[in-house]
Amino acid sequence: MSGSRLKYKGLFIDQSKPIEFTFDGKSYSGFEGDTLASAMIANGEMMMARSFKYHRPRGIYSAGPEEPNALVSLRSDGRLEPNCTAPTVELYNGLDAHSQNAWPSLSFDVMAVNQLFSPLLVAGFYYKTFMGTGQRFWHFCEHFIRHAAGMGKASLDPDPDRYEKTNLFADIVIIGSGPAGLAAAMAAAPSGAKILLVDENTHFGGSLPEERGTIDGSDPKTWAAETLKTLSEYDNVTMMSRTTVYGYFDDNTLGAVEKVADHKVVPENFEPRQRHLKIFAKRVIIATGSIERPFVFDGNDTPGVMLAKSALRYANRYGACVGDNVALFTNNDDGYTTAHQLRELGVNVTTVIDARKSINDDLPQDTNIEYKVGHVVTSASGGKALSTMKIAPFDADAKTIGLESTIKVDALLVTAGYTPMINLCSQTGTPAIFDDEIQSFIPGPATRNWQACGAVVGAFTLDEILTTNKVENANKKAIPLALTDMPSSNKSAKKFVDFQHDVSVTDLNIAHTEGFRSVEHLKRYTTLGMAADQGKTSNMNALAIMAELRGISIPEAGTTRFRAPYKPVALGTLAGRDVGKHFSVTRRTPMHDWHMDHGAEMIEAGIWYRPRVYKKTGETVTDAYIREAAAVRNSVGIVDVTSLGKIDVQGPDAAEFLNRIYANAFLKVPIGKARYGIMLREDGYMFDDGTSWRLSETQFLMTTTTANAAGVLSEMERLLTLVWPDLKVHVSSISDQWAGMAVAGPKSRDTLEKVITSVDFSEEGLPFMGVRDGLIDDMPVKVARLSFSGERAYEVYTPTHFGSDVWEAIMKAGEAFDITPYGTEALGTLRIEKGHISGPELDGRTTMADVGLGKMASSKKQYVGSILKERDGLIDDDRQTMVGLISHDDKPLKAGSHLLSGTDNIGHVTSTTYSPALEKFIALALIKNGSTQMGNTLSATFPLKDEQNSVLVVEPHFFDKEGERLYV
Amino acid sequence: MIIKCPHCGPREASEYTYIGDATTKRPDHNDTDMDKWNDYVFLRENPRGAHAEHWQHTSGCRSFVKVLRDTVTHEISGVSLEGPWQVEDKS
Ligand SMILES: [Zn+2]
Repeated sequence: MSGSRLKYKGLFIDQSKPIEFTFDGKSYSGFEGDTLASAMIANGEMMMARSFKYHRPRGIYSAGPEEPNALVSLRSDGRLEPNCTAPTVELYNGLDAHSQNAWPSLSFDVMAVNQLFSPLLVAGFYYKTFMGTGQRFWHFCEHFIRHAAGMGKASLDPDPDRYEKTNLFADIVIIGSGPAGLAAAMAAAPSGAKILLVDENTHFGGSLPEERGTIDGSDPKTWAAETLKTLSEYDNVTMMSRTTVYGYFDDNTLGAVEKVADHKVVPENFEPRQRHLKIFAKRVIIATGSIERPFVFDGNDTPGVMLAKSALRYANRYGACVGDNVALFTNNDDGYTTAHQLRELGVNVTTVIDARKSINDDLPQDTNIEYKVGHVVTSASGGKALSTMKIAPFDADAKTIGLESTIKVDALLVTAGYTPMINLCSQTGTPAIFDDEIQSFIPGPATRNWQACGAVVGAFTLDEILTTNKVENANKKAIPLALTDMPSSNKSAKKFVDFQHDVSVTDLNIAHTEGFRSVEHLKRYTTLGMAADQGKTSNMNALAIMAELRGISIPEAGTTRFRAPYKPVALGTLAGRDVGKHFSVTRRTPMHDWHMDHGAEMIEAGIWYRPRVYKKTGETVTDAYIREAAAVRNSVGIVDVTSLGKIDVQGPDAAEFLNRIYANAFLKVPIGKARYGIMLREDGYMFDDGTSWRLSETQFLMTTTTANAAGVLSEMERLLTLVWPDLKVHVSSISDQWAGMAVAGPKSRDTLEKVITSVDFSEEGLPFMGVRDGLIDDMPVKVARLSFSGERAYEVYTPTHFGSDVWEAIMKAGEAFDITPYGTEALGTLRIEKGHISGPELDGRTTMADVGLGKMASSKKQYVGSILKERDGLIDDDRQTMVGLISHDDKPLKAGSHLLSGTDNIGHVTSTTYSPALEKFIALALIKNGSTQMGNTLSATFPLKDEQNSVLVVEPHFFDKEGERLYV
Repeated sequence: MIIKCPHCGPREASEYTYIGDATTKRPDHNDTDMDKWNDYVFLRENPRGAHAEHWQHTSGCRSFVKVLRDTVTHEISGVSLEGPWQVEDKS
């Protein structure tokens, strides 16, 4: 390679400040202000990547975010970031960059052998090879293909850096700070409107450093500097660089990413690496400019072939020279200007090839350059570094070439016109309109409060953009030839259209031949434009080729709609600080600290933390829950049930309302009594269960499951607001206001009697399902005699701030009976022994009849879901119904196991436990027509762990079927 | 998308929960015609363009609002309170 630094210093770099960095482990040096790409060019390293599919050598192709080739991974371990475009990576001391898609190394890539198989890897390769031959072959090949393909690897380590999110509000948001963006800002600033000017680059000014001529008498660079200074003096103007607007969403909301510390070794203390901005804009000015369009010819992906204006930027901004012997291939006047500017900066442009038949006489020429008008480049070659190109006379009408000649070059700059960056406009749903003059799409009329200006709408020159300024001697407008796909004499020509996804003209031909002709089909079949660059450099050429194949015009072939993100956005930035413990809220009960102090192993139940077991020294989880469950059966235990949903239902129609939403009767629940109820969804399936306590004529305290607390409240609010606005009922969540604990076991009454005053605990004073108010010292409690465990049991509720004091008072009162705190595991054991349903059985697919509660449903009234629960499918005899299982082999069962009767899969295991009461491993299950399976033996199979267990089908009530223990 | 709550002012859609089509009408609670219940629970128009739908301001005042929204452009042309607390949108 022959890249180098020019004598010309470069606008953006400071040659007095060298910077050391590494690429693929090799040390290089650059200067402050360099990008990774400019420094690599200056070091003579043009090749930076292997291509995605064929692993062909690829070089730096552009100087901006449109870069299709030079994708690199930055940093390592938790800070590793794949798929960064080298031209947008700012250099810093110690930057550690790596190539991608190359194995074992960039210069010796075993996978390049894929090129030999390229006839196999063409469009539709995956579909053809794997869909037809079945899954087995795919599984065999998948490992190899996944290794060979892919765009760099994500790190498996946690990212140590911070990412933030913020909201911004502005009257006018201007996206892009080139001549159009700056002019818009200058026009709007005096109005006092709140203006936000954002630019994705490090420097404001867009294309201005490379523009020729004068603006109001100053050269464009100076004009840009003066304009920026003026704007910075306005209090109402905010300017943000390194900020990419990636999405344009509803209600003029923009998504943007500010690269706060990507240019630093590590972010400073408390500084985020990137910041996500949600910008609420009254009006949006889209001044996102244009990018240069490539030519398509044999070997056009050889390192050393690149966009012409990009080469000019490298020279002008970084003093980086792309080659010693440079050719430039154009189809428009602007290419000449670029060639002459390059020469002025010291880049040795020797040949200009112009595809047009003739040029205007007044087009300035440089005596040091040989002009080959009416010629085209037909091929470029050199493998890892461009060494020669072939050119030939060209007949644009017949699309034929004459005799080829070979020219030695080490850089070939291409410019086939400009493509407006209409991405953000397109995201709003505005159709694209084809502009014949510039052979490209521009945005149609705005559907919202936005306006596009500058190159986005095809205004490519300073005099077209800056209509209110005096512009003299500006660059000429690029009016390109329609044709960009060059003929070739080589039968096996490799002409690439989409570099990043390795899609060639051959692939487009195949897609066309096979009938994938609409632009949407072509895109999906060939994957063209679907890489991380969204086809920024390839879409227009592909459309032109497609239109040519079909014999129609480009606008007839159509264009696809752009979608967010315009540029890839890191997941970490979208997550912001909502990671780890901040991913969702953490809810702790008032007794949390007590649990932690007493050996609790906690488990997440939805957003709540609940004790799973309280381990004693040397105990396993199984040991602990067996001990806890046995303590409840033999004496007394206490469990924290604060996480249950609690809803205050008040109003004259409260009973009527509950009677409509519960499947069983609620109209006549006496004051001071609770009732267990089941709610259905409108479609007839079970929704939730819980108890509702009648506190007065007009007030109920409803409890719900932990998981459905929010859903039940919303559904009640929906019915009261939208369906029965006439009912005089109000509901409010009081889950946070009350702490709850269940005290269960034969010694539960003895325990509570000692500590709760003003409650008569006799059978008559507090009967089963009775609710009473009491006091523990001066702390108010509500006591309800309810049981989930099947033992005599009480639920005790108290205002949240008394929660831990009440808990400790009950613990103290229970000392004499060796009261045992128990967790969710023992809670599960006790309810499974009793055949009570919980989350695994209430899975949204079961009816009341399925779980044996069919008789509970009232036949005397209508309630939510009462009609639809009678649908044919919901009353079918072959429905899966709940049964109990006992392990024949005395082995633990796994929830989720499939149950086989012979070879028929008839259902699955829902909940499992070891039963200390039965001294057996037991489970609840849902199986087809369960009542007919009693006494049968089934096989419980869990293929993921290769486990099989023989199980006996029994009634789901394993223990105390008569319910005598409630009164022990 | 921003929905203007009659109580709380303009708020982001993420504060709301989508409830469903506002044009469906629940059969009388005591109606036993299964076809009517089937229609109410399962059958929906899927209009391209103007649509009336219910949203609940779950992370705000919890009221239910009827939102007139264009399903193509997502443009909202009206928001009104539902239920016994219905008030005129004064803006
Ligand atoms: Zn509200």
